[in-house]
Amino acid sequence: MKVMAQMGMVMNLDKCIGCHTCSVTCKQAWTNRTGLEYAWFNNVETRPGQGYPRGYEDQAKAKGGWVRTSRGRLRLKAGSRGRRLLSIFSNPRMLNIKDYYEPWTYEYDNLITAPLGQQTPVARPKSLITGKPMKIEWSANWDDDLGGGPENIEKDPILQKLAQDVTTKVKLAFEQTFMFYLPRICEHCLNPACVAACPSGAMYKRAEDGIVLVDQQQCRGWRMCVSACPYKKVYFNHKTGKAEKCTLCYPRLEIGLPTVCSETCVGRLRYLGLFLYDADRVAEAAATENEKDLYQAQLDLILDPHDPVVLAAARAEGIPEDWLVAAQNSPVYKLAKVYKIALPLHPEYRTMPMVWYVPPLSPIVDVLTETGHDGEDVGNLFGAINALRIPLAYLAELFTAGDSELVESTLRKLSAMRSYMRDINLGREPRPEIPAAVGMDQESIYEMYRLLAIAKYEDRYVIPAAHAEQAKDLENMGKSSGCSLEGVDLGSNSGPFGQSSGNPVPVTIENFHIMKDRQTK
Amino acid sequence: MNSTDILLWAVLPYIAISSFVIGLIWRFKYDKFNWTTRSSQIYEGKLLSIAGPLFHLGLFAVIGGHVVGLLVPQDFTDSVGLSHQAYHLGAITMGGAAGFATLIGISLLIYRRRTTAMVFAQTTKNDKTMYIFLVATLLAGSAATLSSAGVIGGEHNYRETVGPWVRSILTLSPNGELMMASPIAFRVHAIIAMSLFIIWPFTRLVHSLSAPVGYLFRPSIVYRTRDGRGIAGSRKARQGWERIKY
Repeated sequence: MKVMAQMGMVMNLDKCIGCHTCSVTCKQAWTNRTGLEYAWFNNVETRPGQGYPRGYEDQAKAKGGWVRTSRGRLRLKAGSRGRRLLSIFSNPRMLNIKDYYEPWTYEYDNLITAPLGQQTPVARPKSLITGKPMKIEWSANWDDDLGGGPENIEKDPILQKLAQDVTTKVKLAFEQTFMFYLPRICEHCLNPACVAACPSGAMYKRAEDGIVLVDQQQCRGWRMCVSACPYKKVYFNHKTGKAEKCTLCYPRLEIGLPTVCSETCVGRLRYLGLFLYDADRVAEAAATENEKDLYQAQLDLILDPHDPVVLAAARAEGIPEDWLVAAQNSPVYKLAKVYKIALPLHPEYRTMPMVWYVPPLSPIVDVLTETGHDGEDVGNLFGAINALRIPLAYLAELFTAGDSELVESTLRKLSAMRSYMRDINLGREPRPEIPAAVGMDQESIYEMYRLLAIAKYEDRYVIPAAHAEQAKDLENMGKSSGCSLEGVDLGSNSGPFGQSSGNPVPVTIENFHIMKDRQTK
Repeated sequence: MNSTDILLWAVLPYIAISSFVIGLIWRFKYDKFNWTTRSSQIYEGKLLSIAGPLFHLGLFAVIGGHVVGLLVPQDFTDSVGLSHQAYHLGAITMGGAAGFATLIGISLLIYRRRTTAMVFAQTTKNDKTMYIFLVATLLAGSAATLSSAGVIGGEHNYRETVGPWVRSILTLSPNGELMMASPIAFRVHAIIAMSLFIIWPFTRLVHSLSAPVGYLFRPSIVYRTRDGRGIAGSRKARQGWERIKY
């Protein structure tokens, strides 16, 4: 067993109102630069819908993620290493800018500088790539809120898959259809296809917290990661010619702050925390034969941070004590592994994604109430889950590789929580049989309620800071003579090579001596 | 040999080699960030899917032909029983085919670059300059191939002139006389090629030096630790002038 820590995220889709605040703040923080105008490290897509980039979930075409070979081993879906290396001159699966959208701005200047004339001046759209006037035909949120109607929505790869099965035919008439929002960031997978596909070895998984990053100095622009990621969350900066992606805001996490998307989420639906997992078994779990067993395999990789054996193994790997405490208090661990109400997005891609989703339930209560039933009665709720406007089969294609029962069990827990809490809120006797019906006890369902509904800041984000003492070690690295400054000139401009020549003096030592000089003797 | 000939055939080669080697080291040390293919595939993929492989694979064959033709002495091929006629025929046909593929490839690439608005908008002056030298080298090289085949002027055995000259350069005993005995097409090709090597490190051609062969031998998932590598996301701190001041 090799214990590693992984920073993970859970999003509670029940609460997402599709306001795009996460996308906008992320954009402002990370991708408001030339070369990445079209890139959204965080995007919110309406489901059903084609997603961003268009149709990214159609892996028959996009060839992202991994496949299990007939010999039971993992291989990237795009082919063997040799085959992919031969295609670096023109990656056959590379996305075109039009798959995202051609970024544009408007000629605002024309509004105030146009000469006086008969017509009101207009601000024409102008391509940010060619600088020429362009026709806007698509963008990251073109089909937001089902915009564009059935023609657009029918191209949803999941709907197309489901359409072959008549029993799950999804209604696309506006009054009968359904939608919910799916915010997406990089999944920071345990078995990242992008990292495996990078010919230069520039992409890596950070050993301390599992964040997947691109080394900008080492990336050579072979663009294999862009097509290998099944979620299409690695972007090609067309100005620098290098790959860039969501960094899980690691500079913020390192000082204990949540990511920008989490911090600014209006619905407070994001949770950040640590998982401890067994890195030795990742490949084995990802190669699980039956796609529907992948969720369980992924769950089994996650270790119990209260188990003394796990803790001892974690300490042996040098995971600091406060990180272990953070792992024990981790909200994502509770939601994914203890309550089992958070599900991974597309486990069938075999990348072991580490951004999990609590599937949406919301419309059900209102619908039941409208039909004259008690919308929060547990019996009614359980019965209605199968008749959800959001078909279980659709959610199952997203989160459990098609296993509807798994989705149903999470939704049953969510509705049980509502019913159970209603009795408490109305001052009635709580009914222990409600949590028991979904295999939970009163205490855990109450805690789950606190985490989901009250969702205090400090409960949602349990982020251990990176270790300052490690940083200090770094700074002093390579300095063998202890804290002596003998032979090192501080401050003055003396010496033949001036002030800034020679090896830099570690700041800690410099400070120590400056402080010593200031002390009254 | 007059002084111009000495400059061209005994000095310029070393200027080219120095510029190539020192330039590459300098670029790798100070400008690793811009060391990329600067791929334009995100703008246009259809033409590239034909032109890209055609040009690159053709070029590999051309480079392979140069290595064999320039570095393997004629004595060696004679001694293993490969007649001059057979060698010549093979070199002309294979080299000709590879050169033709490369030329078609680069023509398509340049056509694509000029006609696709997005690709053209991202083409720098540096790129344009580089293309001039690259295409000139290829054209002069093709002319030299034709000339050695006897299509232009008389037939010429470059393994008695250009080959030994290159080896004389590499063994640090330059013999310019050898080169002066070769037809004009070869001399023009050599001069343009040397200028291409001079500008090589300062253009996007540097990506040719980072062919990712190591990929075949590394583990699938790469892990890196934060400590020991400086700030996460970077390797060692850069030593260039662009150091960020806090």
